[in-house]
Amino acid sequence: MSGLAATLNATPLWLLTLIKSALLLFVVITTFAYAMLFERKIMGWMQLRPGPNRVGPWGLLQPAADAVKMLFKEDLTPSTADPLIYKLAPFISLVSAFGAYAIIPFTEPVPGDLWSIGNVNAGILFIFALTALGVYGVSLGGWASGSKYPLLGSIRATAQMISYELAMTMSVIGVVIVAGTTSLAGIVHAQHKVWFVIPQLIGFTIYFITAVAETNRAPFDLVEADAELVAGFHTEYSGLRFGLFFIAEYVNMLTVSCIATLLFFGGWDAPFGLTLVPGLVWFILKVLLFIFLYIWLRATLPRFRYDRLMAFGWKVLLPIATLNLVATALVVAVKG
Amino acid sequence: MARMHKNLYNVGAILRGLATTFSFMFKRKPTIGYPSIKKQHAPRFHGLHELRRYADGKERCIGCELCAIACPANAITVIGAENTPQDRRSPGERYAARYEIDELRCIFCGMCEEACPTDAIVLTPRFEMSDYRRGSFIYAKDRLLVPPEAGVGVAPDERPNGIPSDLGQVADVKSTVDVTKGYAATHRGEILKTERRGLAG
Repeated sequence: MSGLAATLNATPLWLLTLIKSALLLFVVITTFAYAMLFERKIMGWMQLRPGPNRVGPWGLLQPAADAVKMLFKEDLTPSTADPLIYKLAPFISLVSAFGAYAIIPFTEPVPGDLWSIGNVNAGILFIFALTALGVYGVSLGGWASGSKYPLLGSIRATAQMISYELAMTMSVIGVVIVAGTTSLAGIVHAQHKVWFVIPQLIGFTIYFITAVAETNRAPFDLVEADAELVAGFHTEYSGLRFGLFFIAEYVNMLTVSCIATLLFFGGWDAPFGLTLVPGLVWFILKVLLFIFLYIWLRATLPRFRYDRLMAFGWKVLLPIATLNLVATALVVAVKG
Repeated sequence: MARMHKNLYNVGAILRGLATTFSFMFKRKPTIGYPSIKKQHAPRFHGLHELRRYADGKERCIGCELCAIACPANAITVIGAENTPQDRRSPGERYAARYEIDELRCIFCGMCEEACPTDAIVLTPRFEMSDYRRGSFIYAKDRLLVPPEAGVGVAPDERPNGIPSDLGQVADVKSTVDVTKGYAATHRGEILKTERRGLAG
């Protein structure tokens, strides 16, 4: 291990960061591919179907088949589209989705460690700043398509993501107040005694609901709303550009799951003192649990109506999140 | 507004829903992995037709055209011919010189089976008939008639459970109908052509 550490120390920082980024990109994309398969399998089982099972054993090569299919599809641009923005939008979504992984600590960060690329002090703010940019990809993509359903989808996207982000940030500030730091590693360290899901149960509930809405997943998938808007903001997209939006959606789902794990479920902290299992494994298991929860919700709940979605966000989640924030601040202030 | 509250904040209902989907995850799936696993149809399932023979190898069909008359979909074309002492195809006076069923018109009702006085035409449980050309769905005698080496064919009443083992040999025989020419290659096709001409003129 010391030999490895020495090698890592000797490697120039830019090279190390580059290698780590490439590795991370690979890991995240693979995770995306299998998260998709996982979703299709679980959804299938919940709907009394076997799910994809034709490509490879238990359908394990399905993501590869899908990727090949996506690559070979024609890349269409509608004649009414704004070509530059139309082509740029998927990349905005993708970059903002991937960017967050630069600072997510998958395990205890030690100097010159293998896992996280950067340990930013304002970690949680950085992540929110980045993921908030994702709405540009969705709204610009829908706008630039020059077609009515994508436009409706992107209008919904903008409204939904902005109104739910508010409640989401409120719920996260509660955690920041309790932990006394915005560094992700610091927040995990603060949970060593008790995971924040217990003192911040309301905060966690609001975070999870808003996270589902933020990533445009059922039952908050108004942005895509297949039944009413064809495919919402990405109706006109095909081939790899559609694929990029698709990747961005799943990567965002992974991101909010990672944040939920870090903020409320102790990150890489082992539960019940089971420190024998490495922290990374715990982290992955916790994230997987959230992914499952996402899929479970999608297989169960019907889509919100648009006005109810807005009412729920502004009249229920936001007031509760604000009250939770004020109460947390009061308790922390009184205690010390 | 009151109703909205009732629906939206009914957390119990949401949890019950989640419990339902979760329990369904472990239920047995009714899916049949089709190409590798095939459903065992009932012995009297109405599928592809076959023309049976007697044990001595003679064709049961006597070319009476009752099946064609009974057919509600007008899918059957029969043209009979006289048996001669030199060439006895069936025990009766006549035999079917041409026997064609348009399986795309057929509604698989089994009326032909009912009408047949000699139990010559029967429906088998065979259901996989997909093909690339419309013309190849017109099954002529070469694909309908049980080949002599395959035995006599099985009437629905005599069938064991499931798909009989001697089935399928009939339709696997390559058709002598030139499917590339479509309808025109078959007698039925010729009739259709004249019918169309009649309508047009």
